[in-house]
Amino acid sequence: MADELSGFLRSAALGGLVDWQSYETAAQLFGVSWPEIERAVLAAGLFPRRYAAQRRLLGQEGQQRLLAARVTVVGCGGLGGWVVEILARAGVGRLRLIDPDTFDESNLNRQLGATIADLGRPKVEVLAARVAAVNPVVQVTPLAATFREDAGDSLLAGSTLVIDGLDTVAARLELGRCCRRLALPLVHGAVEGWYGQAAVQAPGAALLAAIYPQPAAPAPPAESRPDSLAAVVANVASLQAALALQAILAPEDPFPPGWLMLDLREPELERIVPAAG
Amino acid sequence: MQVTVKLFATFREGRFRTAVRELPAGSTVGDLVAALGLPPAKLGVLLVNGRHVELDQELREGDTCAIFPKVGGG
Repeated sequence: MADELSGFLRSAALGGLVDWQSYETAAQLFGVSWPEIERAVLAAGLFPRRYAAQRRLLGQEGQQRLLAARVTVVGCGGLGGWVVEILARAGVGRLRLIDPDTFDESNLNRQLGATIADLGRPKVEVLAARVAAVNPVVQVTPLAATFREDAGDSLLAGSTLVIDGLDTVAARLELGRCCRRLALPLVHGAVEGWYGQAAVQAPGAALLAAIYPQPAAPAPPAESRPDSLAAVVANVASLQAALALQAILAPEDPFPPGWLMLDLREPELERIVPAAG
Repeated sequence: MQVTVKLFATFREGRFRTAVRELPAGSTVGDLVAALGLPPAKLGVLLVNGRHVELDQELREGDTCAIFPKVGGG
């Protein structure tokens, strides 16, 4: 049947591209899932038409790597929502979304999933529905849960990499420790006002502990949380998504050292690389 | 003595990105932080000539001190 599916996809392809209509026909004819069809498309040397604009950039092998990747996004508010959107559109195969919150009116200025109609709904469920509408091939696991270090092993198990979409220093330090213990790459991002930062904590490294060296202050109450704009949040989330895609596409390349500081008032992006020792 | 000071993110607001500051001999990073009016609760990474340091680090003529706030929103 794999040969038959393959043959069908080859006959349906135009210029090597398989369109969504052909996926739907293949699903009806062969009773296979979207990810199975996508794997067959790529294995046959074809490319999904949805990804035509990234065909030369990623190639078959790169797209297959994205499809095989499992990314866990911890925190699905400002940063996390935009990262989920970008990774889903790129074709990351599995996304696990972790966030305990529901959308609030005060999220509308910057959080991608927030709409008037969805106020009060769990963020992870709204984002899962959005991903299903944008790219049904992506398998999403929404978990309406708070990330806690003592539950970290089961929450992060099986991940290719982890995205930091949290909103407090204390929670980030917990996530950094957990990823270090599990030897998982962690793509960090944080924002405040017109500024932001992004970095990759390599497996086993302690970058977050270096970035937040002072004792963590208790989380500020919601009304005193840092000022935050979509123009800045989406920029930092894009940096995180790009770092994540690079890590999945070229795992053999070393992670970029240090961290990136973004200033959107200047504007400028500066790489900070402290001396060793 | 003269020290080059680099500020990042919100610490730039109402101050500067990079400036050369005249400090009394024997000044520490903590003295510089106090002179600039940087809120201690917001302090993040401190680098002198690219190396991680603490507030009690003594500064020398010609040093470059980079001061980062904790950026924690998401």
